[in-house]
Amino acid sequence: MKYTVAITIALKKGMLDPEARAIRHALQNLGFPTEDLSTARLFKIALDAADADAAREVAGQICERLLANPVIHRYTIEVE
Amino acid sequence: MRFAVVQFGGSNCDRDTRHVLSDVCGVDTDLVWYKNGLSRSYDAVVLPGGFSYGDYLRAGAIAARTQVMKEILRHAKSGGLVLGICNGAQIGSEAGLVDGTFTLNAYPKFISRHVHLRVENADSPFTALYREGEVIRVPIAHKEGRYVAPEETLGRLNREGRVAFRFCDEYGNTTPESNPNGSAENIAGILSERGNVLAMMPHPERASEPVLGSADGIKIFKSMITYIEEHGHRRMTHQEFLP
Repeated sequence: MKYTVAITIALKKGMLDPEARAIRHALQNLGFPTEDLSTARLFKIALDAADADAAREVAGQICERLLANPVIHRYTIEVE
Repeated sequence: MRFAVVQFGGSNCDRDTRHVLSDVCGVDTDLVWYKNGLSRSYDAVVLPGGFSYGDYLRAGAIAARTQVMKEILRHAKSGGLVLGICNGAQIGSEAGLVDGTFTLNAYPKFISRHVHLRVENADSPFTALYREGEVIRVPIAHKEGRYVAPEETLGRLNREGRVAFRFCDEYGNTTPESNPNGSAENIAGILSERGNVLAMMPHPERASEPVLGSADGIKIFKSMITYIEEHGHRRMTHQEFLP
């Protein structure tokens, strides 16, 4: 079966996110009352797997092996 | 004695590093294209600065997962010296050669300038020719050089003397102002558990000849050479390099 996994990689809670800080300042300068802002990266990967659970398992391995750095990142996986 | 400088697509300090090793220090040094692997054994491996794989995903992340890094991990496990400079430090941390990671600068911009470093551990194969507490002047050039590690890792690094260098002012004070990228505890270079791997963001090869404005970095390469002369290195057989 063909599945698309959507992997979101974000910084762990409490990690400094310099890009988010710069973007939030820019939004505040534009007059938007921005209280908080965080960034994340979305990866959409099409893959072949026996079922949705197997696709999720492969996506987890992809995160562990390359997409996420366990020192600073957390990730979520959605199977579409 | 023979050194390897490993080239990835995007390495750009490979030839500078080889120049310092072979022309300034007089050591036989091979440039090794990563796809060719370590086809022979080396006393020391240097991962040079640059932008492997365009720094895509994270600096060093993709290069860290190439086949040659498995060979370099085996070289390090056998006690061989590995020096990671800038992008090489990022590759080394991504490959698990050292603890923690180097990520986006606190002010998220590329910085290129000279900084001062305080030598925290003058007992390692990379720093033995310095004095503990000595202040040296070496350039940095990076956008992702902020050292990050969990609190317990930082505690262990401190206890075990594995912080090699900290960013400091010209008098050796590790102030927030002298920390160019927001690194945890001003850390600029760290050693592996066994002390045979050094990952550092500053560029010692760019400060190894007086004509460059500073020759303070050359002692890192000379320390490695002295260490190998004194301790030797068990050269791995070709068989041990096979997966």
